[in-house]
Amino acid sequence: MTPRFTCRTADVGAADAARAGGKAAALGELARAGLPVPRGYVVTVAAFGLHMDVVDPSGAIRGALGSLPEDDLAGIAHAAADLRVRVTEAPLPPDVVTEIASGYAGLGAGPVAVRSSATMEDSAEASFAGLQDTYLAVRGADAVLDRVRACWASLYNDESVTYRRRQGMGEDGLAMGVVVQRMLSPRSAGVMFTRSPVTGDRSVVAIEATWGLGSALVGGEVTPDSFTVSKVTGEITGRRVSVKLRSHSTTPNGQGISAQPMPFALRRAACLTDDEARSLAQIGREVEDHYGAAQDIEWALLGDSPGRPALHADLADRIVLLQSRPETVWAARDQAPIASPRAKASDHVLARFRRAL
Amino acid sequence: MDGDGSVPRFPLPSEIADAPGAEGWRSMYPYFTRFQPEDDKRFWFYNSMHFPEPMPAFDTITAEVPYSAIGANTARVFVFPTTLGIEHRIVNGRVYITANPVTDPDEIGRRAAVFGERAGYYYENWDTLYQGWKTRIKGLIDEISSISVPELPEFDDAAVVTGSTGVAQNHYVRENFHRCIDLFSKMWHHHTEFLMLGYGAYVVFFQFCKQAFPEISDQAVARMVAGIDVIMYRPDDELRGLARLAVEAGVDDLFTEGCSPSAVLAALADRGEGGKRWLEAFEQARDPWFNVSTGDGFYHHHRSWADDLTVPFTALPRYVARVRDGMLAGRPTEALRAERDRIASSYRDLLSSDEEKAAFDQMLGLCRVVFPYVEDHKFYCEHWFTSQFFARIREFGALLARSGVLAEAEDVFQLHHTEVDQALSDVMLAWAAGAPPVGAAHFRPIVAERKRMLEALRAWSPPPALGPVPEALNDPAVHMLWGVTQQTIEAWLRPSSDAVRGVGASSGVVEGPARVLTDVNQIGEIRDGEILVCPVTAPSWAPVFGKIKAAVSDIGGSMSHAAIVAREYGMPAVVGTGDATKRIRTGQLVRVDGDRGIVQVIG
Repeated sequence: MTPRFTCRTADVGAADAARAGGKAAALGELARAGLPVPRGYVVTVAAFGLHMDVVDPSGAIRGALGSLPEDDLAGIAHAAADLRVRVTEAPLPPDVVTEIASGYAGLGAGPVAVRSSATMEDSAEASFAGLQDTYLAVRGADAVLDRVRACWASLYNDESVTYRRRQGMGEDGLAMGVVVQRMLSPRSAGVMFTRSPVTGDRSVVAIEATWGLGSALVGGEVTPDSFTVSKVTGEITGRRVSVKLRSHSTTPNGQGISAQPMPFALRRAACLTDDEARSLAQIGREVEDHYGAAQDIEWALLGDSPGRPALHADLADRIVLLQSRPETVWAARDQAPIASPRAKASDHVLARFRRAL
Repeated sequence: MDGDGSVPRFPLPSEIADAPGAEGWRSMYPYFTRFQPEDDKRFWFYNSMHFPEPMPAFDTITAEVPYSAIGANTARVFVFPTTLGIEHRIVNGRVYITANPVTDPDEIGRRAAVFGERAGYYYENWDTLYQGWKTRIKGLIDEISSISVPELPEFDDAAVVTGSTGVAQNHYVRENFHRCIDLFSKMWHHHTEFLMLGYGAYVVFFQFCKQAFPEISDQAVARMVAGIDVIMYRPDDELRGLARLAVEAGVDDLFTEGCSPSAVLAALADRGEGGKRWLEAFEQARDPWFNVSTGDGFYHHHRSWADDLTVPFTALPRYVARVRDGMLAGRPTEALRAERDRIASSYRDLLSSDEEKAAFDQMLGLCRVVFPYVEDHKFYCEHWFTSQFFARIREFGALLARSGVLAEAEDVFQLHHTEVDQALSDVMLAWAAGAPPVGAAHFRPIVAERKRMLEALRAWSPPPALGPVPEALNDPAVHMLWGVTQQTIEAWLRPSSDAVRGVGASSGVVEGPARVLTDVNQIGEIRDGEILVCPVTAPSWAPVFGKIKAAVSDIGGSMSHAAIVAREYGMPAVVGTGDATKRIRTGQLVRVDGDRGIVQVIG
């Protein structure tokens, strides 16, 4: 029987955000473009819809939530908490259970990451990183089923609801997909922007990286190492190695994440080599070229344990992309040309010297 | 410099104490190089780029003459709108300079009209004018190379009589010395003739690139413009050629690690046809290509290869060994050219509009027109001409040593050129009178004392700048030639330990009262317009970003939550400071510079 509520990551593409959520659509698009993403599958929006038909058949609960005034923080908190409990506690439809469990078995039944993939995640909301949940190192089919519902419930976080109230967005038509993918144990991980987040420079890729899982960086628990790589010359034009006191990794039994103190010798060591930074920048460019716009990318670099270089692996084969979305801040800011041609080339100089430098 | 509200400034010139053991340093330098009382009101910076060492008395000519020439060209000849010339002063043997800007808009406008015509003429005819320049500068080099120092024998040449020239050779002691000084001056006028215009074209392209690509490295800009057949590579190319010839002619065994140049040259003379071929090629390469200074032509003791063959003969054995191994390749000029063009077209492709691309093409095109001058003038001026100039002065030093005025030829560089003039007059008079010159008693103690003082002056560490901090530093010469900007001055003013530094994660500069939060539960204490200083921020803090003016965190990178949200709100943020929460207290007035990643407590 053809699955109705799940599909492979590569079965979706950029056009499928309504069916799979934005994150899943972006990952599928990367996979289709031949870029490296973790093995995984998508719990589609149809599963969410079916579940919500059980939780809130008439839509009255969501309607009430959507009509609360934006400054009624206590009211929002109360109503949202109530809805979240309903979402996480209602039993899943049997077909959905079967498909999610079978997808999990297909990944080898080891630890997985369960990640929210909202359909309405607009750019600004996306920038409020972490409003919707991601669960790392989830193990066992029952745990996956719980986490899928927890992802759905995170659509009704206080912050998310408050944000929608402030933006005047309704609660209708909200939906969420979920991505389930093999859990990675990266040596280093982080984020990269294919243009400078600080200056908007399009000629560089800015990389931030830390030891182990990227959650330590995204969650703000470590100050990451940062690298700026020129797209044109491959120069590392900026390098800041920070003191990284801890790292995140999967617990030994594969359930959940734990933070460990970094061995002393690695705290002040760069968690990427220059070649690794350049390879990341190269893949970042490929993603950017694929989309034709600057990207904000989460990545992981597989390898041996921190401090030991990976053996024999081709550098490019060790990089995995976890997420890519368009850069929005600078894209929205682009302005008038900074210079225009003049009658004669030397007029640029003459004009420049007519005012103070 | 400190938090007591006083205006930050550098030490004033009048506050500089004499370096211990060199209290008499003023006697080495002319009066016009001394700081005047009113100089305390102006900003000066140490020109460590050209003058990294204390100045021997003669070598001050390498400040006096260039500043006389560059100001003439910028202020009087081309009439740059916003700048006059450069003034220099010497204190404790170090050269400090300041530029005289033009700030009155009417005056700038009046100058701009003249500048447009004159500079425009040069840009439009650059290639032709530059060809003419090369002819003229080579003429000056020929002149300085051919100046002779009279030997002052017992009887003058018979030719003075038979040719009835009417002028005895002691006259030419002074005339020829003056010609050296005059030619040096003319060389520097030529040096600065194209200089500001050449750098100007480059700076305009450079600033465009930095604006379009704020994180582009200076090197990447330079690589788009750089010439491939640059004359400064030629001396090294010549050495490679000599290494190849040594192997080809079978004389390569003579070039061994640590070989003595004179011994190798002597041995080559006995090596038959091969040795002869090599020596001929060597003589050809040597003039002019060995006229390269080991410095930049600002000190007499930075000798040239031609003066001191040790440098080329240290390189030769290595090159010879590589030729034998088949490893000595020529410069891959085609590959270099292709790479230069690839870099330029890649940056061009990254520009966002056709208008910008067209402007880029114009600016880069002009740079490539002017760059042969920018790259090659140093060889002609600072290296070739200046090596010859110092060699001639050394020959006058030898005359003074032969006459007994100085103990050795090198001592001439301990005298200012006007003092050398006097010493030479002494020699001219003595030769005419048939008596010994009297200068030994006068000059030898002076030379000894100056050598001692120069050693003492080495121990003095010059402040990077003197005087008040300028309100605006916008002199194009200071920018272009020395790279000194407002940022440089601030870095000089505030040693890095003073400020809290981190990652500039969201641009902009604001000031406001700090609110230091160490616990998320204190979040309610934040008041409108405060600057949030916290260990780290979390998504749940988003609502407070509507109230604050800037965010500072101990931990985080430019993609941390605080950084992302700050950019979203368009407010400055400095993250990853390490210890801002410990060093800043609630209520202190702070300035957050999100461009440079600096947080300064200002009150």
